[in-house]
Amino acid sequence: MRVSASTRIKAPIETVWEIATDPTAALTFMSGVTRWELASEPDRGLGARYRMLMRIGSAEVGGLIEIVEWRPPYDFAWHSVTGLDQRGRFRLRTESEGRTKAEFRLAYGVAGSGLSGWIAERVAAPGMRSHLERSMRQLRRLAEQEHQRSRTAARQSESLSA
Amino acid sequence: MTQIDVAQASRRNGHVVEEKAPTEPGRRPSLLRSALDRVAAAAVRRIPKADLDERDPDFIRERLPLLWLAATIWYRAEVRGLGNIPDDGAVLLVGNHSGGNMTPDTLVFTLAFNAYFGAERAFYQLAHNLVLSMPWLADLRRFGTVAASPENAHKALEAGAALLVYPGGDYEVHRPSWKANRVDFGGRKGFIRQALENDVPLVPVVSIGGQETALFLTRGEGLARLLRLDRMFRLKVLPISLSLPWGVNVGDMLGHLPLPAKITIEVMPAINLREEFGEDPDVDEIYDRITRAMQDTLDALAAERRLPVLG
Repeated sequence: MRVSASTRIKAPIETVWEIATDPTAALTFMSGVTRWELASEPDRGLGARYRMLMRIGSAEVGGLIEIVEWRPPYDFAWHSVTGLDQRGRFRLRTESEGRTKAEFRLAYGVAGSGLSGWIAERVAAPGMRSHLERSMRQLRRLAEQEHQRSRTAARQSESLSA
Repeated sequence: MTQIDVAQASRRNGHVVEEKAPTEPGRRPSLLRSALDRVAAAAVRRIPKADLDERDPDFIRERLPLLWLAATIWYRAEVRGLGNIPDDGAVLLVGNHSGGNMTPDTLVFTLAFNAYFGAERAFYQLAHNLVLSMPWLADLRRFGTVAASPENAHKALEAGAALLVYPGGDYEVHRPSWKANRVDFGGRKGFIRQALENDVPLVPVVSIGGQETALFLTRGEGLARLLRLDRMFRLKVLPISLSLPWGVNVGDMLGHLPLPAKITIEVMPAINLREEFGEDPDVDEIYDRITRAMQDTLDALAAERRLPVLG
C-alpha cells in the first residue's frame, strides 16, 4: 500500500534537507513516530540504520530501516531490514528562489499475510496518510522558522559589522 | 486406561498428578466412570511436550495484520509502557488474566509485543495443558504458546526469551464480571520463584476490559470439584457465563464471540527482585507488594473508563 503527502515550504532546499535528514529532528517533525534511534554508524547518509516505530491503530509498528538512496539535497530513501515491510522516500525540489516543494512517500505491507494483510493495509491507510500530512506541516513550520532565524541572524550580523 | 496409567502418562509429559488407588479387584467400574477415564486419558495423551522451536517468527509476522485488525477495530485496544520491558534478554512478564477462554488480553499483548520488538525476539506464553490439547488451537504453538509447567517456564527463560505468564490462570480468567477490576492470582506464587531461580527481571502487565466481553456469572469451583475435573483435567473451575452465540455457556470449551469491549493494557516498570527485596527475599512479601501495585494500576485504569464495554 502506498500513501504520500506533499507541501510547499518558504525556505531554501538546503535548509529543508538539513532538517529532514537530521536523525535528532525526526521525533520533532514526524507525526506518530514514537521511536527513531540510531542503530549504527554513520548517523546519516547511505547505509545509516535507524530503529523506528510508528503508532498505527492499536500497535506501534516499524523495525530496523536502512538508508538506501542518498542524493543531497534532493532525495533520500530507506527500506526496512526487519519488522514491517516499508519503503520511505523524501523528495525535495526547488520551486523558485527560496521555495521548496517537499514530498513524503511511504509504501508498506506485510509480505505473505494474505487477505488479512490486504485489508489491514487499507484500514491503516487513512491513519498513515494523516501522519504523513501532519509530518509535512511540521517540517514546513520547522524549516520556515529556521530560515527566518537564519535571515534574522544574518541581518543582525550585517548591521553590527556596518 | 486406569487412573494409574493416566498418572504415569501425565508424569511422562512432565506433570505430577495425584495417584489414586486402583479399583478394588473383582469390582468393575461404572460405565460413566470408564467413559470419563477414557476422555481424561485422551486429554492427557494429547498434551504436547514443550518444544521452543515450534515458535515460528515468519508465521507470526504473517498473522500480525489479522491480530492488528482485531485489536484495532474490535477491541479499540491501547497498550502503554512497552518501553518498560528490557530491550533484550530473558524477562518474566506477569499479567492479570481476563475474558474467559477467548483471552482478548493475550491477543492484544501478543500483537503489541511482536510489533514493538519484532517477531524475531523470542517470546513465549504459558497456557493450560487443555488449551494446547485442542486440535483447533494447534496454531497457538506457532505463536510460542507452551504448556504451563515450571519446567517449561525454566526452559524458555534459560533460552533468553521473554515469557508471559498468568498466575491467576483459569481461576482468574473466569471470575464474575462484577469482580472485573480485581487482580486475583488465587495465592499462586510460582511466578516469583521462577523469577528468583532464573534471576530475571519481572514486569507486571495490567489489563482491563476482558471481563466485559461477556457476562461471566460464576467460576463454578464447586461444580468442578463435584465432577472431579481437578483430578482428571487439572481444572479447578467449570465457569458459567452468558455469551454469544450460546446464550448460557457452561465451561466455555468452544469459546464464544466476545463483545467489542475496549481493552487497555499498561506495562509497569521492570522489577529486579533481589535488588528490591534483598538476596534472600520473602516470597509472600513479594507477592503482596506486586499484587498491590498491580491492583493500584488496575484501579487507575478503571477510573479512566466511563461505561462498560465502550470504555
